[in-house]
Amino acid sequence: MALTEKMASPQLYLRAQTRWRPSEIVFWLATLLPYVLFPNYLSLASQIAISALFALSLDLILGYAGIVSLGHAAFFGVGAYTAGLASKYGWGEPLTGLAMAALAAGIVGYATSFVICRFRHLALIMLTTGFGLLLAELANSLGWLTGGMDGLQGIHTWKLLGYFPFDLYGRTAYGYALAVLFVLFLFARRLIHSPFGLSLRGIRENFVRMPAIGAPSQSHMRTIYTIAAAIAGIAGALLAQTTETVSLDSLGFERSAEVVVMLVLGGAGRLYGGLVGAAVFMIARDQFSGIQPQYWYFWIGILLVAVVMFLPNGILGGLAKLTSRWSKS
Amino acid sequence: MNQPALATRGLAKSFGSLVVASDIEIELPRGVRYALIGPNGAGKTTLINLITGMLRPDAGSIVLDDADITALPPEQRVRRGLVRTYQINSLFPHLTALESVTLAVCERTRAASIWWRQLPAYGQEIDEAFGILSALNLAAVCQRPTRELAYGQQRLLEIALALATRPKVLLLDEPAAGVPREESKELFAAIAGLSRDITVLFIEHDMELVFRFATRVIVMVGGRVLVEGTPQEIASDPRVRAVYLGKALDKASAKGLEKLRYD
Repeated sequence: MALTEKMASPQLYLRAQTRWRPSEIVFWLATLLPYVLFPNYLSLASQIAISALFALSLDLILGYAGIVSLGHAAFFGVGAYTAGLASKYGWGEPLTGLAMAALAAGIVGYATSFVICRFRHLALIMLTTGFGLLLAELANSLGWLTGGMDGLQGIHTWKLLGYFPFDLYGRTAYGYALAVLFVLFLFARRLIHSPFGLSLRGIRENFVRMPAIGAPSQSHMRTIYTIAAAIAGIAGALLAQTTETVSLDSLGFERSAEVVVMLVLGGAGRLYGGLVGAAVFMIARDQFSGIQPQYWYFWIGILLVAVVMFLPNGILGGLAKLTSRWSKS
Repeated sequence: MNQPALATRGLAKSFGSLVVASDIEIELPRGVRYALIGPNGAGKTTLINLITGMLRPDAGSIVLDDADITALPPEQRVRRGLVRTYQINSLFPHLTALESVTLAVCERTRAASIWWRQLPAYGQEIDEAFGILSALNLAAVCQRPTRELAYGQQRLLEIALALATRPKVLLLDEPAAGVPREESKELFAAIAGLSRDITVLFIEHDMELVFRFATRVIVMVGGRVLVEGTPQEIASDPRVRAVYLGKALDKASAKGLEKLRYD
């Protein structure tokens, strides 16, 4: 009986899981450091925040619901072109641009989700890759609209909130991207701690069992796929607005693959994995390409192999193991 | 209220030339404890798969509470109270027992579609899940990940998940498979203690358990229902004895029948 006495009541136990940990607060405070420590790297920092948001959206489907995707950049690209086109044709207001991008990417996500929710594993990889390639070629062939290989030119983003102009140093860009990342992170965090979030983990853990407890898994998968697509679209819009250009590689296969790498690097299914992975990946790329502009993928390759071999659950998975060992000894 | 809780009419299924179910007609009255027995390969699990919609029948129909459910997908059958467990544990390894059962409760109350409120707001669901776990003696381990639970506890969690859906008809596929004899008696005591509103059909090889806990028995052989009756009728049925005695594989079952006959 001593065992039961020591335990928290079931409600308190589940409540404790949703509570903010000190390490989380430290993490978010640390995201402000670039302003103080690396004022010359704010453009890079804003790119990291955008990639982090993109990786977070992938984590919702891959890390939580077990939906493997190699075509997630499709939604990033739809968002980027939506915000870019809106700006090019006269509406450069950033926040409504994000909303339009979320809507457009969400619609594409919802439409494809009806096919996605019927498959698992390898079939999903093929399907998402297929959708991604399809969309990339579509953007390429619609040169009159997207600018094709030359990219979308003539984007001008208005002042943020009518007050902060987007400067060359990325001061506004980083603050903007970081704020959007933080707000959507709060949203995602709430979502994964909801009953729906629990259901997503159920789908990841045992897809076959879900119907036997009366769960409409396909409808759950459609919901999360649409939400993840909308968030990816917002990430794409952020890139379009802060760099004032959109190129075909915003929805290319390489971007889809990179975001998977970032997430696996950081640790999937941990919410912060995509954020940490994006930072490590982008900083590593920045440094390596400084040393050897032509061969930087070589070093990224080594980094990936090392992480997968020594930290199978990503950087955060490794950290979690360390801290649990610490607290035991 | 003599209308059966569950009935099948002319249920048939074959894989190519292999007939796994043929003209199966069963009727389960409300609240009865049924055992489904038969030699390996008789089609017992197949029958459960057909009834619960995991397999599509080639012919025939399934009626639950007077409604034809033959065309419904599995999750909607569960929603109507037709629930199963698995012979081989099919659980959520990284979720705790409490999370798993809370999930099943939330799916029933439809809270599981809600993504804008956090789980602690669903105190009723959590308490209900904890109540189910307590009733099955799992309260002490409910905050541990499922994969860390002892095998017998995992078998109980299988049943807890099924109960969380509030079944009217519960199909248990070898609930005690792989559990030591002593523990399997406890497990069956828990099943016997289930509400009398629930109709239970269980597959079991241990004849002693069958005859102790079942009020009626269905015997299947080669994809067909051989005979249905009370345990006593089954024990003395020459056809059943022929099936079991003729199969060296099922020595244990045969011994069980033998024992009962002379008890």
